[in-house]
Amino acid sequence: MKKRKWTKFDIILTISMLFMIVITLYPFLNILAISLNNAVDTAKGGIHIWPRDFTFANYQEIFGSNDKLLQAFFMSILRTIVGTIAGIIASTMLAYVLSRRDFVFNGLVGLLLVLTMFISGGLIPEYMLIRQLGLINDFGVYIWPMLISAFNVIIIRSFMDNLPTALEESAKMDGANDFVIFTKIIIPLCLPVIATIALFLAVMQWNSWFDTYLYARGSEALTTLQFELMKILDNANISSGDITSQNAEVIAGQTNPQSIKMAITIIATVPILMVYPFLQKYFVTGLTLGAVKS
Amino acid sequence: MSRINNAAESQPNLPESNSPLQTPVKPGFSSRKGKKRAPKPGNKGFFQRLSKQKALFLMSFPFVIWLIIFKYIPVAGWVMAFQDYKPQSGIFDQEWAGLKHFKDLFNEPMFYRALENTLGMGILGLVFGTLSAIVFALLLNEVRFLTLKKWTQTISYLPHFVSWVIVANIVITMLSPEGIINNLLVDTGILDKPLNFMAQPDMFWGVVTAADVWKETGWNAIIYLAAMAGVDPQLYEAAKVDGASRWRQMWHITLPSIRPVIIVLLILNIGNLINIGFEKQMLLGNNIVAEKALVIDLYALDYGIGMFRYSFGTAIGIFKSVISVILILICNGFAKRIGEGRVF
Repeated sequence: MKKRKWTKFDIILTISMLFMIVITLYPFLNILAISLNNAVDTAKGGIHIWPRDFTFANYQEIFGSNDKLLQAFFMSILRTIVGTIAGIIASTMLAYVLSRRDFVFNGLVGLLLVLTMFISGGLIPEYMLIRQLGLINDFGVYIWPMLISAFNVIIIRSFMDNLPTALEESAKMDGANDFVIFTKIIIPLCLPVIATIALFLAVMQWNSWFDTYLYARGSEALTTLQFELMKILDNANISSGDITSQNAEVIAGQTNPQSIKMAITIIATVPILMVYPFLQKYFVTGLTLGAVKS
Repeated sequence: MSRINNAAESQPNLPESNSPLQTPVKPGFSSRKGKKRAPKPGNKGFFQRLSKQKALFLMSFPFVIWLIIFKYIPVAGWVMAFQDYKPQSGIFDQEWAGLKHFKDLFNEPMFYRALENTLGMGILGLVFGTLSAIVFALLLNEVRFLTLKKWTQTISYLPHFVSWVIVANIVITMLSPEGIINNLLVDTGILDKPLNFMAQPDMFWGVVTAADVWKETGWNAIIYLAAMAGVDPQLYEAAKVDGASRWRQMWHITLPSIRPVIIVLLILNIGNLINIGFEKQMLLGNNIVAEKALVIDLYALDYGIGMFRYSFGTAIGIFKSVISVILILICNGFAKRIGEGRVF
């Protein structure tokens, strides 16, 4: 970097960038501090980014004494894993078929897929469908409705379009059928784009709460971390005053729903932070790939 | 822009060009990227090819079924809006109601409130979302200290990846009477005593917009930054020679250069004005501000599912789709007229 004098302009820029960093990070740090602070002490206020009365009680409550929250945690993980794997299998397979311009139904399948980006039945018909399929309070409701996204399929397909065809051609000469070509040749070549889509799917699955709210509210076993957080939010979002009534047995101990809420928030954010470096790397390449194409 | 074009570009059968590397070995056998050959060799050829492509057929068949079930059956479900739908009987045994549900809808004062809230928050989100992203991108683009630039950008789109449940929790915590915002406002003397922002109906739109800006500014700026990276450096050199300050370069070079991107994104977003969803409103709303938080989707949810008025709820959905299509067509036509190219 060339050495240059700092002008007033540079100072203003630096200050505004630091401001941006602070307003983005402060809330997360604040919530982390509260989640690590004694709940009774937190109520006195004044916690910023450092806990005053350090304790793990809030996390112990989630992972130790409260079965429901622990179960929600595992359900979140389960749906993320299953949903991501199922979504990847479905979208790569469909993308491969669509990348084969010689397939007799290529146009038809492509049209059926692309149209879904522009039309949607809406909330109520979708709800009725899920009901009629018997997916209410069923684990399948986390997987089936979100199996394929046209956007993801199109990203994978454009990646496949740019693969060299030589390997595929020679495999075909050797008499390999299309499914073998797909699993043995195409998939290994597509691993970068598969990783990208897997990350997107995983983030989407991990962050979902509305499907639990609408379709799986009746099942204790299917509750997720995001949904539990949403429920606490729903009960206590006006002020911290009236939450004492909702969960008396928790209050008795070291902690209260307000502080547990913060701990859940942190637990629900950490996986995002863990995949964040990868997310960033891949989606930037994804964006540039798209830019080159257009 | 790339994301937008991707959709149109990836339409099947679109004529494709270039890629000399990928000349098929056997012309007409498996040209992945080559032009689609006119395949009309009669039925015999069709079935011959199909039997060769058994694997491809079997690989796509389950997903075609999936698309029909999960994407097209709900569209067919629109027929419910013209019936008095009762879940006990089949879809063909329903009583027809004509346009009754639409008439009910237009006579319902609540519906107009929902429409007002949807458009209000939609427009606020569009204006401030676009402005904040452009300003942030412009400033970030000027930062010379690369480490700061990289870190700011990386941190700025973190909130995009966390769920609205978490963001709602953050917003409510920050805005609570004990929260940092109130502390700051009271300490600086702007407020006498802490204000419970979440309990002010008049502030609800603003709170939702602020939350939206906080969550998405960094993410939305990416596309503008990409456009700015493509600006010809010679332009800046020339401006520097003419003695233009960096403010002026920003205003007269960077901003005009990304104008097309701004316009395309604006048009797309206007088309989606009514599709603002309901997550923010549902999570940030409460009984006190309910009147200002009711958006069309929540209205459909409350009436359609909550009160079992399925036909009525479907009618709301259809209304929304129609408005959305009209908005898109208007914007598209407008874009064509001002010569920025159509989006679709």
